[in-house]
Amino acid sequence: MSDLQTPASAAGAATSDAPVSATAASNASSAQATGGRTFLPRNTLLRHLLVLVLCAVGAVVLLESTDLGFNAQIGYVAYYAIAAGGLTVLTGLNGQISLGHGALMAVGGYTTALMLDAEEPLPLVVIFLAAVALTSLVGAVVGVAAARLHGPYLAGATLALAVGLPGLALYFKETLGGEQGLTVSSPDRPEWFTEAIRTLSGGSPSGVKWIAYISVACLLITYFLLANLMRSRVGRTWRAVRDQEVAAELAGISLGTWRVVAFVVSAAAAGLAGAVLALVVRLTAPTAFTIVLSLSLLTAIVIGGLGSLFGALVGSVLLVFLPRLLRDAGESLDMDAAQAAEISYVVYGVILVVVMLFAPAGLVGSIRLALLRSRARRSARG
Amino acid sequence: MQQFVNLTLGGVITGAVYAAFALALVLIWRSTRIVNFAQGAMAAITTFIALSLIESGQSYWVGLVVALLAGLVIGAVVERLVIRPVEGGPELNAVIVTLGLFIAIQALISVLFGVNQRAFVAPFSTIGFRVGDNSLALSPNTLFTLGAVLLVMVGLTALFRFTRVGLAMRASAFGQEVARLLGVRVGRMLTLGWALAAVVGSLAGMLIAAEVTFVTPTYMDALIVFGFVAAVLGGLDSPVGAVVGGLLLGLLLSYVRGYVGDELVGLAALVVLVVVLLVRPGGLFSTTQTRRA
Repeated sequence: MSDLQTPASAAGAATSDAPVSATAASNASSAQATGGRTFLPRNTLLRHLLVLVLCAVGAVVLLESTDLGFNAQIGYVAYYAIAAGGLTVLTGLNGQISLGHGALMAVGGYTTALMLDAEEPLPLVVIFLAAVALTSLVGAVVGVAAARLHGPYLAGATLALAVGLPGLALYFKETLGGEQGLTVSSPDRPEWFTEAIRTLSGGSPSGVKWIAYISVACLLITYFLLANLMRSRVGRTWRAVRDQEVAAELAGISLGTWRVVAFVVSAAAAGLAGAVLALVVRLTAPTAFTIVLSLSLLTAIVIGGLGSLFGALVGSVLLVFLPRLLRDAGESLDMDAAQAAEISYVVYGVILVVVMLFAPAGLVGSIRLALLRSRARRSARG
Repeated sequence: MQQFVNLTLGGVITGAVYAAFALALVLIWRSTRIVNFAQGAMAAITTFIALSLIESGQSYWVGLVVALLAGLVIGAVVERLVIRPVEGGPELNAVIVTLGLFIAIQALISVLFGVNQRAFVAPFSTIGFRVGDNSLALSPNTLFTLGAVLLVMVGLTALFRFTRVGLAMRASAFGQEVARLLGVRVGRMLTLGWALAAVVGSLAGMLIAAEVTFVTPTYMDALIVFGFVAAVLGGLDSPVGAVVGGLLLGLLLSYVRGYVGDELVGLAALVVLVVVLLVRPGGLFSTTQTRRA
């Protein structure tokens, strides 16, 4: 992007400078690079596999120890987190902002709704893959245009996408359901799942639980793939494209190609997120994919810290549970439900501004940088 | 034929409002290199302030003046409090700050004034003039809209051309360091620029509210996109370009609305934007020099 970001890149190398750039979080190194004490394996793939298995066990425990209402909330967290993970790759690693991810999620959501509605629906995996493929295709088209834009131009163009694309659902009323949208039929719950839940916790499984498991599985697989990508040659190339255009070009990196690739990967995640949303919410309508959805995703990744997958997950959890707290607070102040629901958006906006002004690296990024700084100070002291 | 005439007239009128809105974006872009995505929300909150005054029995004109004053104050406060720290920093940070303002102010409108749509009564009759048996898409109110936009444009041109303040503002936008060395209080000029832009934005909000007759907290969402597209059409840097871009976009979208479908207007704006950015990134009037994309 610009030279102004260079100090931020240096912050990753444990200097005492305060992080000035929003993307500083992604530069904090992993356990491997710092060589600090860690119990995790040094091989990246092994380490990520181990974390994946631990998270999967943790997720099963969480889903089985909570009630159905909470299981449904986990589904919401999952689709926010999948989309936010994709956006993290795009904005945090590659420095391209997108306000169009809500629209991309709509592509995935509508694909899923239409395919589940068929006489003999295909297996769920095939439907999800189709949603991902179609959204990636749209993402590639948008990405080709986006690769030549930056900063405010890109934000404006993707904003136009977010406002314009839902219009298609209104124009093709017959197939896409117009203003009312499409109701999503629940996929059949397979026999083995029922058996597995019975032996695991003795409880009786329900449709909600099945969907919650699907969502969490999608989330874990997406994050596993994205985490590997970020730590690989591809991730390093993206960071180079973001921080030093000229140096990257001199090193033989084609800026445009890598920007398009980042957009496609990010769109694929958004497509899966849309598919999960369709299952969880059971409805795809233009009102579900407004500009507010895109801005909420942006809030999630900014709170957590741009460029950190864990940060995106933390941000998504806040996105789901903060509105409930605020709604209760608002209703105790005698507001009607719709008004009280809006309070959370005031808070999101204020958070975006405050984080950018005082801690551009976000929650996770700031903590990581503070850790790195204190470690550097200790080693300097001897 | 009658439909074509009416679509053209309608296009010119909405185009004039887009032009005013684009002008507000250009004013801010020229001085601070920031696209103010919160412009629409800032305009909407001033319209709602005016609306609650009008509903409580005040005249439209009191509402209009209060709306413009509120715009002035909001613009100045926003620049001074939250924009100043990110000016000249990484461009992503500034974009995110204005988006944060956008979502916060828009939600604040819902919290303060409720989420339901409310009727907005135009100051003049909205019944079209008649030529023979045909009714034209031109009414006393649309004439007022056109006149108000024209007045603002003439006023801004006069301000920048003929006054010392205007000269100082142009100097701060052109070269901050040089202007500062020559004794221009650059910071104040930037605050003034934001305040002026917010006033123009508020006016656009009031005018479009009278055209659409019903307002919701999100009624400016589409306008921010159309204003941005119009500004980019004109090159984002030139006030004249913003006006021409606004009129062109207004006409084009009016034809799309009339001949294709109301639903696809947003998509048409997207197509225009992408084509312009890919073919002539410097806007329609750029000479040889273009922005490094």
